[in-house]
Amino acid sequence: MAANPKIIVVGGGLAGLSAVIKIAEMGGQVDLFSIVPVKRSHSVCAQGGINAAKNLKGEGDSTWQHFDDTVYGGDFLANQPPVKEMCDAAPGIIDLLDRMGVPFNRTPEGLLDFRRFGGTLYNRTAFAGATTGQQLLYALDEQVRRHEADGKVRKFEHSEFLSAVLDGNRVCRGICAMDLHTMEVRTFPADAVIIATGGIGAIFGKSTNSVVCTGSAQSALYQQGAFYANGEFIQVHPTSIPGEDKLRLMSESARGEGGRVWVPKQKGDKRDPKSIPESERWYFLEEWYPKYGNLVPRDVATRAIFKVVYEHQLGIDGQPMVYLDLTHIDRKVLDRKLEGILEIYEKFVGDDPRDTPMKIFPGMHYTMGGLWVDFKQATNIPGLFAAGECEYQYHGANRLGANSLVSCIFGGGVAGPAAVEYARGQKAAAGNGHLDAERKRQEEINGKLLKADGSENPFQIWRELGDVMTRTCTVIRDNKDLAQTDTKLCELLERYGKLNLSDRSQWANTTFAFTRQLYNMLQLARVIAQGARMRDESRGAHYKPEFPERDDKNWLKTTKAYFAPDADEPRFEFEPVDISLIPPRARKY
Amino acid sequence: MANNNTVLIKIKRQNGPDSKSYWEEFEIPYRPGMNVISALMDIALNPTTRQGKATTPITYESNCLEEVCGSCAMRINGRVRMACSALIDNLEKPVRLEPLSKFPVVRDLTVDRSVLFENLKRVKAWVPIDGSYDLGSGPRLLPEDQEAAYPLSRCISCCCCMEACPQFNESTGFVGAATISQVRLFNTHPTGKALKRERLSALMGDGGIHECGYAQNCVEVCPKDIPLTRSISEVGREVMKQAIGDLFRK
Repeated sequence: MAANPKIIVVGGGLAGLSAVIKIAEMGGQVDLFSIVPVKRSHSVCAQGGINAAKNLKGEGDSTWQHFDDTVYGGDFLANQPPVKEMCDAAPGIIDLLDRMGVPFNRTPEGLLDFRRFGGTLYNRTAFAGATTGQQLLYALDEQVRRHEADGKVRKFEHSEFLSAVLDGNRVCRGICAMDLHTMEVRTFPADAVIIATGGIGAIFGKSTNSVVCTGSAQSALYQQGAFYANGEFIQVHPTSIPGEDKLRLMSESARGEGGRVWVPKQKGDKRDPKSIPESERWYFLEEWYPKYGNLVPRDVATRAIFKVVYEHQLGIDGQPMVYLDLTHIDRKVLDRKLEGILEIYEKFVGDDPRDTPMKIFPGMHYTMGGLWVDFKQATNIPGLFAAGECEYQYHGANRLGANSLVSCIFGGGVAGPAAVEYARGQKAAAGNGHLDAERKRQEEINGKLLKADGSENPFQIWRELGDVMTRTCTVIRDNKDLAQTDTKLCELLERYGKLNLSDRSQWANTTFAFTRQLYNMLQLARVIAQGARMRDESRGAHYKPEFPERDDKNWLKTTKAYFAPDADEPRFEFEPVDISLIPPRARKY
Repeated sequence: MANNNTVLIKIKRQNGPDSKSYWEEFEIPYRPGMNVISALMDIALNPTTRQGKATTPITYESNCLEEVCGSCAMRINGRVRMACSALIDNLEKPVRLEPLSKFPVVRDLTVDRSVLFENLKRVKAWVPIDGSYDLGSGPRLLPEDQEAAYPLSRCISCCCCMEACPQFNESTGFVGAATISQVRLFNTHPTGKALKRERLSALMGDGGIHECGYAQNCVEVCPKDIPLTRSISEVGREVMKQAIGDLFRK
């Protein structure tokens, strides 16, 4: 209908901004919502690079090989056609970013340089130092600012998505959002809505994710009827730096540039790592996986580190930590290619990784699962699209390093035009009473929270949520534990009903905003735990020692959770996986 | 005084833009490796002052906690810096936290820094590409040119350089070092330089580059070690050249 439809994009990371640019170019009007100024979105944290088979190293790489590595790395759980499209589009995406001014590292001839990442034998990862996500986000942010200056984009920063506005036919007609300064709840009409709200790390308490990555928006939509797919697939990154406030990522590019993972062979060896001779070090990844060595996929590396630390009890100094060693690499090379991450280690730990092996341990990093979408990024709610980490489409049971940035930009690039096309073919809503109704529903939730006079502290509930999810829903899953986890989550939800907020003011109240997110985190945690409980096999990041093998006969299928409002709990159905392009084969690195 | 197992933190608070500020003190359990952010998280878990009075959690901005998103800039013991990379072990006690002083306070340690994003619009800090459709590869760039651009492109928009600058205030309206450095970045890009004249013009007149007093505080406080003073002198030279050229063109 409308030639210049109004599209709302929620989330200003790579996926959201990619969608915004496409919509603006097609003549659409965008309202862009973000909790933080978009330039501070979590995409800035991506370090190592972005994959594209440009084959600039004479290795005979191809987009088909990228596609095969991605599907195999994901243990065949991803629907294959959209993954193939993404891998085919990736070289063009790199070119676009290059034209936008991303300062990618160069070869002496002035061409793009590429390095190796996990789960592939090819140098396929383009990079800008070790802050690639930052550089990509800035490039898209700058283009969006240009469209903003031209009046095609309105930004609503410091604004939190609360819910979709659905009309009487359950068609999405806009969103309801809360201004995080005035705390005012408002509804915004739109012809279509794109959700690009990223990860869910906060459900696990401490993770490599940013503070805003709570999964609150996805959970709210799931509670409004959107399917949530493959929630049980959680990536634990093998190399993070444990911290008091978060787990800081130590990029896979450290290993891509030659970093080696090892522990002292002797239990409780207290010597300075530099003084331990080669013969007394155990390079367990290189020994166990001679072909891929330190660059096995993340799920494989993480389980190997767990085995060394917990079964062999060879963690450094008896602690859950192993060495990631760069000290054999030339300092100038390190500075040119990895400076950003070395600086993080230096600043937060106090040691220089050019001189001293880093101490690292696996940490929750990424959700492969997310909102269910079709091949055009549409959710099952008409008018509602999703792109980026918040949806489930591209990574199957395990994501390969440096594939997240490409999936965000590609997914956003599909969602934007798809939303515009949808909006152009859509009739206007019959009335607009649904806008007011949704605002009232959200104001009632807020009013109840402000009046709550129980004794529970939301931050305490969050701490307990993070503890139980990290213990039972990350690297090793056990059915008995998972059943108890759901019981614990129900207890936390019950305690949520007896809150007492330490801050009831109605101005820039971060406690209040967090408390609203917390409810959604608890609901989504149940989807993750119950999905993991049900899936009796091991596949990619989902590892259950009781069922150590992949079981294609029973479990080569997508988990789809939906919310049963009356029972206040998730229900599940399963959908076959599209394996029309590459027949599943055993995954052995 | 706080004993060895606790840390004493003094925080300058303010309930809203027009409220009066006041100080509160907190004594929180010490753990090795803690930073200012984890201390603020501890306060949220138990929002009670050192004197035992119930209070509200501190409002502050934070996101990545890895010093790359630029959110958590504040004054820590009088010096502007990022709170995530401020390790308690390395700070003089008691630790004093204050909001940035050159930006309007929203609440407590949160301030409004949108002026920087407006400035970036003013100087057209982007590469004017034809469109996002597939147009083949970008311009070739020698490694030394990439190595010159990359450090400038690491600016996290934290506004530390503006806070520390004696010239950045209401009376000068000075644009500040971060924006000038972005002008240098885009003016040296093979495609970005198409807008060079417009960017330099935007730095002339009120609040422009000539307001810089060469105090060099900016480069000292920049958490990303961006060569800001060099950017200012290079862009300053270009602005001057263009201004003189404009005179003769008239």
